[in-house]
Amino acid sequence: MRDFSYIAANTIPEAVALLDEKGENARILAGGTDLIVQVREARRDVNWIIDIKSIPEVNALDYNADTGLVLGAAVECYKIYADDAICKGYPGLIDATKIIGGTAIQGRAAVGGNLCNASPAADGIPPLIVLNATCVIAGPNGEREVPVEQFCTAPGQTVLKNGEMLVSIKIPAPESNSSSFYLRFIPRNEMDIAVVGAGASVVLDDTKQTIVSARIALAAVAPTPLFAEEASARLAGREISDAAIDEAAEAAKAIARPISDMRGTAEQRTHLVGVLTRRALNGAIQRVREAT
Amino acid sequence: MARRSHVQTTINGETVEFLCEPRQSLLEVLRDELHLTGAKEGCNNGNCGACSVILDGRLVNSCLVLGVETEGKSVETIEGLAAPDKLHPIQDAFLENAALQCGICTPGFIMSAKALLDQNPNPTEHEVRYWLAGNLCRCTGYDKIVRAVLDAAAAE
Ligand SMILES: Cc1cc2nc3c(=O)[nH]c(=O)nc-3n(C[C@H](O)[C@H](O)[C@H](O)COP(=O)(O)OP(=O)(O)OC[C@H]3O[C@@H](n4cnc5c(N)ncnc54)[C@H](O)[C@@H]3O)c2cc1C
Ligand code: FES
Ligand code: FES
Repeated sequence: MRDFSYIAANTIPEAVALLDEKGENARILAGGTDLIVQVREARRDVNWIIDIKSIPEVNALDYNADTGLVLGAAVECYKIYADDAICKGYPGLIDATKIIGGTAIQGRAAVGGNLCNASPAADGIPPLIVLNATCVIAGPNGEREVPVEQFCTAPGQTVLKNGEMLVSIKIPAPESNSSSFYLRFIPRNEMDIAVVGAGASVVLDDTKQTIVSARIALAAVAPTPLFAEEASARLAGREISDAAIDEAAEAAKAIARPISDMRGTAEQRTHLVGVLTRRALNGAIQRVREAT
Repeated sequence: MARRSHVQTTINGETVEFLCEPRQSLLEVLRDELHLTGAKEGCNNGNCGACSVILDGRLVNSCLVLGVETEGKSVETIEGLAAPDKLHPIQDAFLENAALQCGICTPGFIMSAKALLDQNPNPTEHEVRYWLAGNLCRCTGYDKIVRAVLDAAAAE
């Protein structure tokens, strides 16, 4: 592996000052399941690795029924799905944490790392988008917040500027009669990269027959994960029916701009957007109806 | 070259000190500096599980951990499993079930199985298969490995 220096930062200001000083050649280390591979394969020129795992704020995993979840940027997948309140409140996020890699990857990989790596196929990002999550970013000029759907700008690129780091992800408290779902298509049963991924969240009325609002997000069909805004809006106020779900699925297909590669053709991916959007919506609806 | 760092960690219950460069993975430290060659390098990118070890109670791929990250932590490797005169029940079960052929994947599978049984002493076959999905074997066809883990669970 290329030579680099390693620093374990203990506070946010310390990490930010280091990032600011070292510039482009410094990278944050969370679980390292993307970064170490990228440095080893010389896909990133890194001279400084700043380990943030000793910083208290990035290890936060605080759920409150009124204010929602603060998910520290370095919290590993296994800690997220071990938390009953999070499993209950944000099942779509749990779906993703259980399929990112295998057991050993989930022991290290953070959802914050998944987000900052900004892969178009990242499984963690569509659930965050449908859950209305916000990124809390620290930098030399203080903190700022960015909605998750605006965080990734291109493959491997984010809105983070020099000196900035992700501190945590804030997710609002789940509304009553709401749920979420994420799934992906892969040729294997596990340990693979999404050909397409789709997430959905729904809020139903008290009869559980009508959709109050919905959010749909897609992975691996564009340079960044996408919020399917138009498709989501179509469902607001609609009675639950196959026709309504199909309409949303078609609207989701309309924004897909997939490429053809070894994992699938553009045509297959567009088709899959329709199939997976329907399944994600129906899955989220079923979870609301089954909840006690 | 970045300065070699001094790291103190616990390996298989013993306090160990070593010097390593930041770019050396835990796998490289174990094998090249500490001569614990049980953990194997297959892919060096997190896909094969041959390098699996337990870090602070969690299964990890040691090829995706930096040696310097283990300061103050506890590492369990395959070398720590058997007692001087007795194999660990998972090791016995692997032998009984002929769950290995060339053996290069075996230390990783056994550490992965240990991490599973430590937290779930009675897994279903389904749970075993999912848990071991990050460990690849090119020889056995997996079935004997799954049987061995289920037998070890029953024996423990
Ligand atoms: C075998 C294997 C299987 C995988 N399977 C999947 C899969 O199924 N689905 C999937 O989506 N991904 C998968 N991945 C990719 C990877 O595991 C995930 O993206 C993981 O969530 C990354 O998290 P991490 O904590 O390891 O990030 P790291 O590798 O530590 O960081 C990732 C990137 O984000 C930057 N970064 C991290 N934290 C911050 C921060 N707080 N502020 C600013 N920048 C930051 C780092 O500098 C780096 O560039 C897999 C990887 C491997 C090796
Ligand atoms: S060598 Fe580490 S997972 Fe293959
Ligand atoms: S026994 Fe040869 S790879 Fe598993």
